[in-house]
Amino acid sequence: MSASNEDNKSMIGRLWQGLTRPTASFAVGTLLVVGFFTGILFWGGFNWSMEMTNNEEFCISCHEMEANVYREYLDTVHYSNRTGVRATCPDCHVPKTWIHKVARKIQATNELYHWALGTIDTREKYEAKRLKLAKNVWKVMKDTDSRECRNCHSFEYMDFVEQEKRSHKSHQQAIDENMTCIDCHKGIAHELPAGIVGVNGVPNMGN
Amino acid sequence: MKTWIKATAMGLAVVGIAVLSFGSASAQDGVTSLRGSVALDEGQPAADLLRPNTGKRFTRNYRQQPPLIPHRVDKYQIDVKANQCMGCHDWPQNVEQNAPKISETHYLSPTGVRLNKVSGSRWFCNQCHVPQVQAQELVPNTFTSSNDLR
Repeated sequence: MSASNEDNKSMIGRLWQGLTRPTASFAVGTLLVVGFFTGILFWGGFNWSMEMTNNEEFCISCHEMEANVYREYLDTVHYSNRTGVRATCPDCHVPKTWIHKVARKIQATNELYHWALGTIDTREKYEAKRLKLAKNVWKVMKDTDSRECRNCHSFEYMDFVEQEKRSHKSHQQAIDENMTCIDCHKGIAHELPAGIVGVNGVPNMGN
Repeated sequence: MKTWIKATAMGLAVVGIAVLSFGSASAQDGVTSLRGSVALDEGQPAADLLRPNTGKRFTRNYRQQPPLIPHRVDKYQIDVKANQCMGCHDWPQNVEQNAPKISETHYLSPTGVRLNKVSGSRWFCNQCHVPQVQAQELVPNTFTSSNDLR
């Protein structure tokens, strides 16, 4: 027991020595170049693998997403429209900026956990949780001032003259009152959940 | 015995088919399919899509007519969970949205009790209220608005 401990110690010790002592057999240039390319490989690999989990195909590889929210989204303007511009799942649900994206990806481990538990693996379970899940997303969008919406939609470039009278009026009001997209535009990409009556800022649309 | 029944049934079927084919052959001249006179292996160009009439409120053609909808409704959710029409047409939202409020009769339960929300029996708006397109009438008719008859 004590012998193996000493062995381990000496191994760790040797490794530490190797890492802290100047190298005798490699040129600084070699080390720099190798380090540079290894860095690119690791950094690229990290981002590449993160991007693999950042597309619609990955999102709907779980039936929880495919059978519920994805099917509903197929009927909406963000899936099919006049100009053919689409917003896929991550466009709205994963931030574009790197730091926020990584934060969101770390949070997503909780989703993996509940996927493994099967928290929403039937339609009934999904519907029972839907209000809570929707509220979570609405809260995030409110807190980030609808950052993901604004990757495409912005007040600065809205031509109010082109808009209908009612939407033009509402958007002007939204600017004046510092409102954010999700304050009004709930239930535009997925169905509204049951029980939204009384949710702050939602007009009385429920039963 | 069984052969006899079979033979009779076959005979009847043959006679029936003969009568039917004769009948349809003689009726063929006056009948055209909805498809028109285009051959089966030819394509028929699709009819133009008709867009809903929007922007101007419709006048009613008779007193009890459910008001028609002067805007598109295809993206609005009306189901057991939510009714997005209410977002503008229920009180008090209708005031700010400058939208027509749903009729007071729609706040009455089937037994006549006044409710503070739209009655469940009136929930599915598009059972009665529908958008309109500028379409040719399917059957020529002489319908006249009751307003014009007064």
